[in-house]
Amino acid sequence: MIRVNSLAHVYDKGRRLKFPCWEIGDMEQWLLLGASGSGKSTLLNIISGLLKPSQGAVLINGTDLYNLPVRGLDRFRGRHIGIIFQRPHLIRSLDVLDNLELAAVMAGLPIDHERNRSLLADLGIGDLAKNYPDQLSQGQLQRVSVARALVNKPDLLIADEPTSSLDDENANQVIKMLTTQAKDNGAALIIATHDARVRDHLTKTYLL
Amino acid sequence: MNILKISSKNLVRNRLTTILNIILVAFGVGILSVLFLASTQINNKLENNAKDIDLVVGAKGSPLQLILSSVYHIDNPTGNIPAKDAYQLMRNPMVKRAVPLALGDNYSGYRIVGTDSSFTNLYGLSIQKGSYWHKDLEVTLGSNVAVTSGLKIGDSFFGAHGLTGSGDIHKKYAYQVMGILKPQGNITDNLILTNIGSVYKMHEEKHTENHKHTAAEEAKEINDKQITALLIQYKSPMSVVVFPRMVNHSTNMQAASPAMESARLFSLIGVGIDTLKWFAIFIMGVAALSIFISLYNAMKERKYDLAIMRCLGASKPKLFFLVMFEGVLVTFMGTCLGLLIGHAALEVIGIYQETSQAKLTGLTAFPQEIYLIWIGLFIGALASLIPAMQIYKVDIAATLTKDR
Ligand SMILES: Nc1ncnc2c1ncn2[C@@H]1O[C@H](COP(=O)(O)OP(=O)(O)OP(=O)(O)O)[C@@H](O)[C@H]1O
Ligand SMILES: [Mg+2]
Repeated sequence: MIRVNSLAHVYDKGRRLKFPCWEIGDMEQWLLLGASGSGKSTLLNIISGLLKPSQGAVLINGTDLYNLPVRGLDRFRGRHIGIIFQRPHLIRSLDVLDNLELAAVMAGLPIDHERNRSLLADLGIGDLAKNYPDQLSQGQLQRVSVARALVNKPDLLIADEPTSSLDDENANQVIKMLTTQAKDNGAALIIATHDARVRDHLTKTYLL
Repeated sequence: MNILKISSKNLVRNRLTTILNIILVAFGVGILSVLFLASTQINNKLENNAKDIDLVVGAKGSPLQLILSSVYHIDNPTGNIPAKDAYQLMRNPMVKRAVPLALGDNYSGYRIVGTDSSFTNLYGLSIQKGSYWHKDLEVTLGSNVAVTSGLKIGDSFFGAHGLTGSGDIHKKYAYQVMGILKPQGNITDNLILTNIGSVYKMHEEKHTENHKHTAAEEAKEINDKQITALLIQYKSPMSVVVFPRMVNHSTNMQAASPAMESARLFSLIGVGIDTLKWFAIFIMGVAALSIFISLYNAMKERKYDLAIMRCLGASKPKLFFLVMFEGVLVTFMGTCLGLLIGHAALEVIGIYQETSQAKLTGLTAFPQEIYLIWIGLFIGALASLIPAMQIYKVDIAATLTKDR
């Protein structure tokens, strides 16, 4: 269960961004909608523990994120939150499988080779395990980053505009994968987007 | 998957820069290690060979040449001295032990030294096989001579006139091998020992079938018996001042101190060594700068990788360590390669060296070389410190939300 309480954030020389209260139950799937510049990315960064809000608190399963020490927050994020960015951001010097293993290593968890293989297979990129990011297409890269977000069995999966650089077919597939994988892995899901193609897949919406 | 793998994969991805940096470090360390090994070995050899010799008396000329020829057996002798003058000096009350040397011939580059049993006492020699020489034309081989020439006890061979080369062979008399010495780790390993009579005998023979030298020269060399030099040990250290002056002023001979001459020699070499040392340090500095620049530049792109790793749960100190580790890994590999190159280079130099007396080898290691490794690691750490500190400045959210 995730709770966002009277959050507000002010960037240096920016206007004040206020976020309404938000409660997300276990395994619920939400759309985060809003005009460009309304603060969607800002809110997701705050929920992922990447950006300390000027005011308010984020509670994930009872843990107040910004009450944790810096190291504890990094560790919590690694173990409980899977993040998918608009751009895949894979490590270019490592192959696909190593990129997945990196997620476990950085979170201080043991590597589960079997799970990594089956994740790639489920996402239809099982035969790309030994390829390097430079050798993959945008759609394939985004699938790898979905797989990487799932490696540590997170409680919460966060995706910021995961489909904006993909064509219709890839966008559809990635969204389908996100929703089914979130369900299969028992994770709650938040997708921020202004992509109309995404809206049909999820029912719950949070508007900024 | 661990830090080592992440770092090495990243280094492989930027292999050109990595190789350049490794080579720079390796060059610096290589030069330093050659200098270090060579100067230690030369120093050890100089000290080892002159350990118990307080003074050398020989013909007038360059004192350094006298020392080189009769203690280190490298250069040609300054000339000969009358045997009777030498024997008179040997009886001087200040002298504890005096060893006469008669040089002049060689066998495939190894010097044949005419001397007496005091020589074996001076160097503390002992026999490995066979016995010492007793009669004229009997010889005892240094261990290294026996190994490389393949001569065995009972074998005989002809000496050649001069201290190197085998042009002018004394065919009339053959030397006979009586014994082989235990390895001593000093110059005696490369000498062939016999008595002074044998050397005289060889040169009587020269007289009869003389081709090149004038009759007058030959006659002088042989008739009034001469020796090449006298190695002297004092009874008391007090003689250091008096005795050489006495020799230099009241006789027609020259006295030279091995300690003083090798110190002088070393100070001559030292200038060159110092220059090279500064050059090597300069190269190491360039290496450090190059590592710093390449790491610093790479941070622009690595920022994304590091932000992702933070996102995946890595702490700042862990990533700081990762960047430092990469720099240190490069210098560590460079240092190891440099030591390898240094040793190999010295071994090659040793192979092409003409004199077997002062042979350098790359096959020995000194515990002090560990310092070079530490210096390498330190330089790596120093060069990567500032790039690694950038970790603390990266704003993950901003970096990852922005497009690349
Ligand atoms: N690092 C920053 N520094 C200062 N201001 C920022 C920063 N990031 C975002 N902002 C401002 O905060 C506001 C919200 O930005 P945010 O990126 O959260 O919007 P968004 O809803 O994700 O927009 P988009 O749909 O275009 O991605 C914008 O007005 C933006 O200019
Ligand atoms: Mg955004």
